[in-house]
Amino acid sequence: MKKKAASMLFKKKWPQGILVLVVLLFTSASAFTIKGLTSVSKEYRTITPVQENEQRSLKLFREVTKVLRHARCINCHPSDNFPRQGDGDETHRHLMNVQRGPEDRGMLGMQCTNCHQSSNNEASGVPGAPEPDNPDLSRWHLAPLSMGWMGLTDAELGARLLDKEQNGGMNPEDLVEHMKDDPLVLWGWNPGSDREPIPISHDDFIKILEEWVATGAHVPEQ
Amino acid sequence: MIQFNLNGKEVEVKDDPNTPLLWVLRDSLGLKGTKFGCGKALCGACTVHLADTTVRSCSFPVRYAEGKSITTIEGLGDAERLHIVQAAWIEEQVPQCGYCQPGFVMAAVKLLERNPDPTEEDINNAITNLCRCGTYSRIKKAIHTAARNIKAQN
Repeated sequence: MKKKAASMLFKKKWPQGILVLVVLLFTSASAFTIKGLTSVSKEYRTITPVQENEQRSLKLFREVTKVLRHARCINCHPSDNFPRQGDGDETHRHLMNVQRGPEDRGMLGMQCTNCHQSSNNEASGVPGAPEPDNPDLSRWHLAPLSMGWMGLTDAELGARLLDKEQNGGMNPEDLVEHMKDDPLVLWGWNPGSDREPIPISHDDFIKILEEWVATGAHVPEQ
Repeated sequence: MIQFNLNGKEVEVKDDPNTPLLWVLRDSLGLKGTKFGCGKALCGACTVHLADTTVRSCSFPVRYAEGKSITTIEGLGDAERLHIVQAAWIEEQVPQCGYCQPGFVMAAVKLLERNPDPTEEDINNAITNLCRCGTYSRIKKAIHTAARNIKAQN
């Protein structure tokens, strides 16, 4: 009888135990799962746009480098002391032994502004561009050596572009302003004579730059 | 009307403002000492002084001369009062055909004003004018001679 009673008790209580156990397991598993899902979901919402931004930014930077490496830009951003002339494969050192000089404006007696005035000269073909605050004053000069871009990888170019120590103290937003307004930059779209202008419009270039900055101004690490 | 000082005198010209200064000097003002060479600011035959620097006048629209001071080879000296660089040029018998020499002399004068004792490298860097006769070695000698004479004079 005792054995039967015990058996009945076992039979009655075991399903209850299982039920409790199942409920407990389900509850804790659900809690874990929900907690886990919530955590993953948060990370997903936070990280993925950043990753997307970074990818987008890097893609935009590649477009920026195409402009920076165009002859109209890089000819005056040499990594040595000699400005360049010419387009594409015909790029060559500036004729007549023109050199950087101590202030990026040529050597004594052979300065950029001896020939380059504040506007393109359609008679001689000699290009020119004005100072922003004085349309009669020539701004023609080389970018400083610290902003030399020739021979750099995308990563090196990006690092140099963003390094305030080398770029004249400009943050990415300042770089955009420089590209927007500097008469020497704008000259790249109006180079005169038979020089090839920058192949994309200035407006499009600025849009690319602004989005590059808005997406974090990422540049490749290698 | 464009006004500027030419060889110490005020002048007015009515040329199109984009006319190269070279042609204003030669055709409108009758000063033929400044020569046309390449017309592309490369050879330096058209070199004149603009205030404290040199410009290649074939590529210098006359509008930029407004209110400025221009000196041409005619304003440098004359047969009675030669500029010390002109005297050195004669001393070293520099010219052959002579066509490009005014540009060289103007460039040499400005170099010596700012660097009274230039090295060979300084000369190479500062004066990139072209001479089809190949008088470069004598030009360098004349510049050194002028430098010595300037030093002796001071």
